[in-house]
Amino acid sequence: MPAVFANWFAVRGWSPRGHQLALLAHAQNGESALLVAPTGAGKTLAGFLPSLIDLAATKRRDRGRGVHTLYISPLKALAVDVARNLDAPVIDMDLPVRIETRTGDTPASRRQRQRRDPPDILMTTPEQLALLLGGADAAHLFGSLKRVVLDELHSLVTSKRGDLLSLDLARLRTLSPNLAATGLSATVRDPDELRRYLVAQRGKGEMAALVTAPAGAAPDLSMLDTRERLPWSGHGAWHAIHEIYEAIKGAKTALVFVNTRAQAEAIFQQLWSINEDALSIALHHGSLDASQRRRVEEAMAQGKLKGVVCTSTLDLGIDWGDVDLVINVGAPKGSSRLMQRIGRANHRLDESSRAMLVPANRFEVLECRAAIDAAREGAQDSPPLRTGGHDVLCQHILGMACAAPFRADDLFDEVRSAEPYAHLTREDFDAALDFVATGGYALRTYDRFAKIRQNKDGLWRVSNPRVAQSWRMNVGTIIESDMLKVRLVRGRAVQAKARAASSGSMLFYPAKLPGNAASRPTYTGPLARGGRMLGEIEEYFLETLAPGDTFVFGGEILALQGIVENEALVSRAHADAPKVPSYAGGKFPLSTYLAERVRKLVSNPRNLGALPEQVREWLSLQKRVSRLPKPGDLLVETFPRGERFFLVAYPFEGRLAHQTLGMLLTRRMERMGLRPQGFVANEYALAVWSLGDVAGAAKAGRVSLAALFDQDMLGDDLEEWLEESALMKRTFRSCAVIAGLIERRFPGKEKTGRQVTMSTDLIYDVLRRHQPDHILLRAAREDASTGLLDLARLADMLTRVQGRIVHEALERVSPLAVPVMLEIGREPVYGEAQDQVLADAAQALTQEAMGQ
Amino acid sequence: MSFAVAEKRTAMAPARLNVSGVSFLADISGALFQEDERLLIVADLHLEKGSAYAARRVLLPPYDTAATLARLASVVIRLAPRAVIALGDSFHDVRAGERMAEPDRRALAELQRGRDFVWVAGNHDPEVPTFVDGERCATFSIGAVTLRHEPIAGEQAEIAGHLHPVARVVSKSGGLRRRCFASDGKRCVMPAFGAYAGGLNIRDAAFSPLFPVGVTSAHVLGRSAVYSVGSAHCRPD
Repeated sequence: MPAVFANWFAVRGWSPRGHQLALLAHAQNGESALLVAPTGAGKTLAGFLPSLIDLAATKRRDRGRGVHTLYISPLKALAVDVARNLDAPVIDMDLPVRIETRTGDTPASRRQRQRRDPPDILMTTPEQLALLLGGADAAHLFGSLKRVVLDELHSLVTSKRGDLLSLDLARLRTLSPNLAATGLSATVRDPDELRRYLVAQRGKGEMAALVTAPAGAAPDLSMLDTRERLPWSGHGAWHAIHEIYEAIKGAKTALVFVNTRAQAEAIFQQLWSINEDALSIALHHGSLDASQRRRVEEAMAQGKLKGVVCTSTLDLGIDWGDVDLVINVGAPKGSSRLMQRIGRANHRLDESSRAMLVPANRFEVLECRAAIDAAREGAQDSPPLRTGGHDVLCQHILGMACAAPFRADDLFDEVRSAEPYAHLTREDFDAALDFVATGGYALRTYDRFAKIRQNKDGLWRVSNPRVAQSWRMNVGTIIESDMLKVRLVRGRAVQAKARAASSGSMLFYPAKLPGNAASRPTYTGPLARGGRMLGEIEEYFLETLAPGDTFVFGGEILALQGIVENEALVSRAHADAPKVPSYAGGKFPLSTYLAERVRKLVSNPRNLGALPEQVREWLSLQKRVSRLPKPGDLLVETFPRGERFFLVAYPFEGRLAHQTLGMLLTRRMERMGLRPQGFVANEYALAVWSLGDVAGAAKAGRVSLAALFDQDMLGDDLEEWLEESALMKRTFRSCAVIAGLIERRFPGKEKTGRQVTMSTDLIYDVLRRHQPDHILLRAAREDASTGLLDLARLADMLTRVQGRIVHEALERVSPLAVPVMLEIGREPVYGEAQDQVLADAAQALTQEAMGQ
Repeated sequence: MSFAVAEKRTAMAPARLNVSGVSFLADISGALFQEDERLLIVADLHLEKGSAYAARRVLLPPYDTAATLARLASVVIRLAPRAVIALGDSFHDVRAGERMAEPDRRALAELQRGRDFVWVAGNHDPEVPTFVDGERCATFSIGAVTLRHEPIAGEQAEIAGHLHPVARVVSKSGGLRRRCFASDGKRCVMPAFGAYAGGLNIRDAAFSPLFPVGVTSAHVLGRSAVYSVGSAHCRPD
């Protein structure tokens, strides 16, 4: 390490850590490397040290004209934050290094200048990189690129953004063959996957070097042993709200993590309703307007906040001041996720981070117990790497054509060097190419409308400048479900304004801090149509509301005034029972690993001792009246209740897989004449109710449970259901947008989500009938199997339990079944009941007419 | 989340729709059928909409024309009309004929065979391609009821298309958005028949001058039947 750097460390009383030096050594040898390190280990500095040293040693005129080091972060805010942190050493050591960020917010003039005169270090996001690589000057920008640093790699690679980034990384290697990649990652289950992701794949599973930082002090983990009665179901954790409040009060700064935005809103409301000490508690989640979030983040960094209720938006890397307690409300869902969150408390390695888990119901106690055990063992369950999506490939192929004419063979080789696409077949690549060119239809009528064409020289090029323009406007893989902006306007009712004093205050927090209810800011002044933006909300939630209905958003109660174009106009209101939006995103499934541990925990009576008294009693009673499910078995209970017959199964495979199972199971029961009426699923169990008696039919030998759960339900039943499934249509829509079949935005015209939804559903129907093997339908099927339908997990489960279905025919509901039974009717169906909705409404009309 | 299993309904009585005293069957396909005269009425087929997008390099699946014609053919076989009246915008644009593939042309000719066809002009298709058989006209009458493409506010009884009505229905089982017939006993605006035709909510302002006292009922196209839904259950978007 050069003297100036060694000094810089020494002046601060620091010395470079082993992993920082190891990473430097790899970089100086021109090798790619993965650094796995816990939070607080100085990951970012480790990532940039080699670049700074190299840049300091090379005179500007001896460098290439392009970017020296490219830094990619999953979050815009993180890129900006890291750039700021990096300024310190650069200024301190007076290094001749120019660092700039480039995000969606960067002004056009600066972007142009960056292309002309690139900085030494460019910090950006995967989407911006894709755009730069699709430009004609990509070779100028990146031809002399030495290093690329990929931050929070573990979180990037599990999504389609990771697919896109891997393809762009492959292109960077083509532009600058000596490029070395450095990945920075939290601890993961299988570092080798990430090591392969970082380097070109040539069929031998090539890997980057691995540097592992020593683990920090063991975390101080506890589960809240509540004084209150533990609820049977629900995710609100209301019972523990006072205990959560006390914990926040006792900490310097506490992060309260919840799993969904709806829970965040609800917990936030609850905390404020008991906030007698006027603790400065703020709210942070992905639907809130960015400026609102920035305000919370700044207040937090300045140590002004006592607590922040947040969702996974704060899971990732930005350093937010002095958090000394993490409270995880609800199920942790996975041990890696839990550890990541715990890491948010305390950024000093040698001190243990303190975390408290608050289970919201009895099943969650089991999950918390399993997660704590896993975390103590350091067991990781981060999801496996993806197989690259075909829709992303389509987008990339068009982007590469926009950059420069290409030869299909060359691009195929380049694409296959990206880890997620290492096993891509030539057939699939050609199908993607064909899709980009003419839509990939068997009926070849679009040749004259091709987007890209192969010329006589064998090169593919864009057929029309408008194609490139439209590609640039649609780059990216994050498809927001149809979101409407929420804009605050003056309410129609004067009364709503008067009452805003009690309900509308929290949003403005922390702008004016804190004070009692009366002195808190209440009203921002006159608001016409162009009122303040509060954030965004899923369209399908708003569709369930009528004007005047109230809901909770951003910590306050709002009344819907109406929807105008893509904006929901709302006013402040007062209501006793406002709705809480159920957001589509943010509901992580229970990890397979944790599910396995929960199953083991439940099955072994010896484990019960470690559980709270209330849970122990509950499980012992279950053992007496029915049985505890064994790992590997599928326990199925049946019992009559009211005028219906219930079937409850305990696969422990997560809500999504259970929902799919419910859909398929009820179809099959219908055919068996069991007249199913409905079903409900949670993370652990599935309950189906029917007019026919399943247990009786099984006893009489007319129905067998083995046949009911036979894996062939994934055949015709699935096909039939997929045809009408709203979830499948939603999945298809996002593939169609990513692949570029439908444009989110096209030059000169903004298309609203509403119109897009309409047309992709129609397209789906037509395409399914006429070309079921079309590349986009295949891509949607792939997504569904791991996404909203979780088919892969369901298929594994059905295979696993063959011959291992244990049936308990009971007289009445079992203790274990209570939680799932309590969820019946809690949430409405959407999109799946089809004609039922119309039949209800038609019946209402008949009743109206008959005067009933 | 709990889900209701849709009940299997035994054959529902076919939905009927009255326009100024003339009774029609509101078919699940989105067509109207006048049984005494055996007249079948369809609106807004928008043939070759997919290829019209393709010409602007939005490469939608080129199967919409075939899909629309196949649906029309199945209604024709089922109801065996003496004549079919297409209420305009049958072709997505004036060049649709040039883009129409040979098999689709044959399918159209086939379903025209043995019955009369009337092409009412629409704003998208002031002229129907020359190779297509059938009578062309601006409007058509069934008794006192005028059939035209674009509805005109006023007292006269009429059946029209053009607006592509859809209803958003919300009940305790959830919500959905479906094509529908909008009517008030004097006027009926028919749902679009074309596979790629989008929809306009019947609560949109465009419908208000046509139905001064409101749409009394929306005949909504379900999966297995046509449901008559009161306006109170039809929500705006």
